[in-house]
Amino acid sequence: MISKYRGNRQAISALVRETEVHRDLYLDQELFELEMEHLFANTWVYVGHESQVPKIGDFYATTIGTQPVIMVRHTEDGVKVLHNRCPHKGTRLTGEGCGNVGRFFRCPYHAWTFRLDGSLAGVPLKTGYDDTGFADGLAARGMTPVRHVHNYRGFVFGKLNDIGPAFEEFFGEALSSLDNMIDRSPVGKLEVAGGVLRYMHDCNWKMLVENQTDTCHPMIAHQSSAGTAIDVWKSAPAGAKKPMAVEIYAPFMSSYEFFQSMGIRVWDNGHGHTGVSHSIHSDYSAVPGYFEQMMAAYGEARAKAILDENRHNTVYFPNVMLKGPIQLLRLFKPVAANRTLVESWTFRLVGAPDMLLERTVTYNRLINAPTSVVGHDDLEIYERAQAGLVSNGNEWVNVQRLYARNEAGQRNVVTDGTSEWQMRNQFRAWAKFMTMGL
Amino acid sequence: MTSVPSDQQLMDFVLREARLLDQQRLEDWLDLFAEDGHYWMPVERGQTDPRLTTSLMYEDKLLLKIRIERLKGKTTYSQSPKSHCHHVLQMPQVDERNDQERHYVTWTPMHYVESRAEEQTLYAAWATHHLAMIDGALKIRLKRVDLVNCDAALGSIQLFL
Repeated sequence: MISKYRGNRQAISALVRETEVHRDLYLDQELFELEMEHLFANTWVYVGHESQVPKIGDFYATTIGTQPVIMVRHTEDGVKVLHNRCPHKGTRLTGEGCGNVGRFFRCPYHAWTFRLDGSLAGVPLKTGYDDTGFADGLAARGMTPVRHVHNYRGFVFGKLNDIGPAFEEFFGEALSSLDNMIDRSPVGKLEVAGGVLRYMHDCNWKMLVENQTDTCHPMIAHQSSAGTAIDVWKSAPAGAKKPMAVEIYAPFMSSYEFFQSMGIRVWDNGHGHTGVSHSIHSDYSAVPGYFEQMMAAYGEARAKAILDENRHNTVYFPNVMLKGPIQLLRLFKPVAANRTLVESWTFRLVGAPDMLLERTVTYNRLINAPTSVVGHDDLEIYERAQAGLVSNGNEWVNVQRLYARNEAGQRNVVTDGTSEWQMRNQFRAWAKFMTMGL
Repeated sequence: MTSVPSDQQLMDFVLREARLLDQQRLEDWLDLFAEDGHYWMPVERGQTDPRLTTSLMYEDKLLLKIRIERLKGKTTYSQSPKSHCHHVLQMPQVDERNDQERHYVTWTPMHYVESRAEEQTLYAAWATHHLAMIDGALKIRLKRVDLVNCDAALGSIQLFL
């Protein structure tokens, strides 16, 4: 087959216009593979949280794009990320998920062993490699490490390629959302807790990322779930205490005016967040004892400042969404052009009351599970979009809402909460990192 | 029904419950739950806590009612076209009888098919029913559904196992 996009910087750049993007971003498998080679290699991609590997030898196997990698605790305070492949025959060294390998990785095929930093420790019947030049070959180097790894306050990111910006440059002011989530712990520490929800989506990964800052869809697409929740709750006996579930569902039906005024902040490199002034998470009931703990830890003014941030969804481009006020991170793992694995992780605020974790896991269950009615609403839309995009009636997807001709080049902007500026920002970043180095 | 149910009556109850789901008589199905009853589908094998560990479902009657009302809604696009379901149950086993407290536990392996348009998906699960005799009728205190692949990356499950 003739390559349409490989090595063709011009063809790739032409897919992203000021206010529309070409459907091939969602449909074309060659473009998907180029995303894995360029976009997911030139950017800092979230790997995992260090609390998933608390002890030496603990590992967590995951992916960067579609590359299988292992995050491993190799020293008391060091976490490495290694390609999950035996240098001998290519065998994946661990299964998916987490565990402890002890002091060495051991390949299940021929028992080659590797130290926790990936270096080759031993090969059975080693004399068979005498005088073969083995020491000079790739295999002798052991498991290939991911060259660029950054642990930001417990959150571990990897960058596969040497090109692409340094960590701080890539995220810039966007790190303030991670900071706020971490600072919500009275001791400034998070732990992965509450179980992970994994939901397979038959759609392109970017549809999910776009939807995180799409504030014109909740009152429409989620009328069926959130709207019904409000209707059913209306028949509750007068004076009944509003359950946590209704507190979580109901704000999805907020008005356009609510979402307009909550604002969107647009950062460099495709990052941005909804909920500058307030959000659908602003009006949850207070958790007894929590504010007192925060005041004791930070003083009243700082505690208030931390908790007054109610950022809704922060997009860490390319494939993370963070909800600071509910300690939730969603990872949109690309599988194929038309397939995405969505993982929804939750965190315990170390030192804070259990009720916060209870709300976090309740939110996750109600909104992000494969059994979630809100999830059903969204996936139906994504799958209909994936199906509709094959129509030759129009090859372009529109992202024009509240477009301003002078927006390119503006930095760290706060804009109307219903703007599609953040989506345009993501596509500009997409084109930038897809063509970087070409 | 006498105030102490026979094993056969417990088994019949579980079979009828699945039939109501297959026939989508969902209001009748909801009536089988005690007022404080829950439907629980854990996300981890052997999960003991629904509060600080998330679940696929952990729903009281209010949440179940929202789900049932939603399935009928005009703007419920994920139900256009509608889903259908089919249970095949193994014979329920009565694991616990406490006639004193009128509390009973049954265990039922099952296969469950959910279909929508051209898609049909098979799930395998074990259902554990915690039943109570309340005002002369059996009611569900807890229906726990353990999927054999509860930790897999699943697609949408829109109806009830």
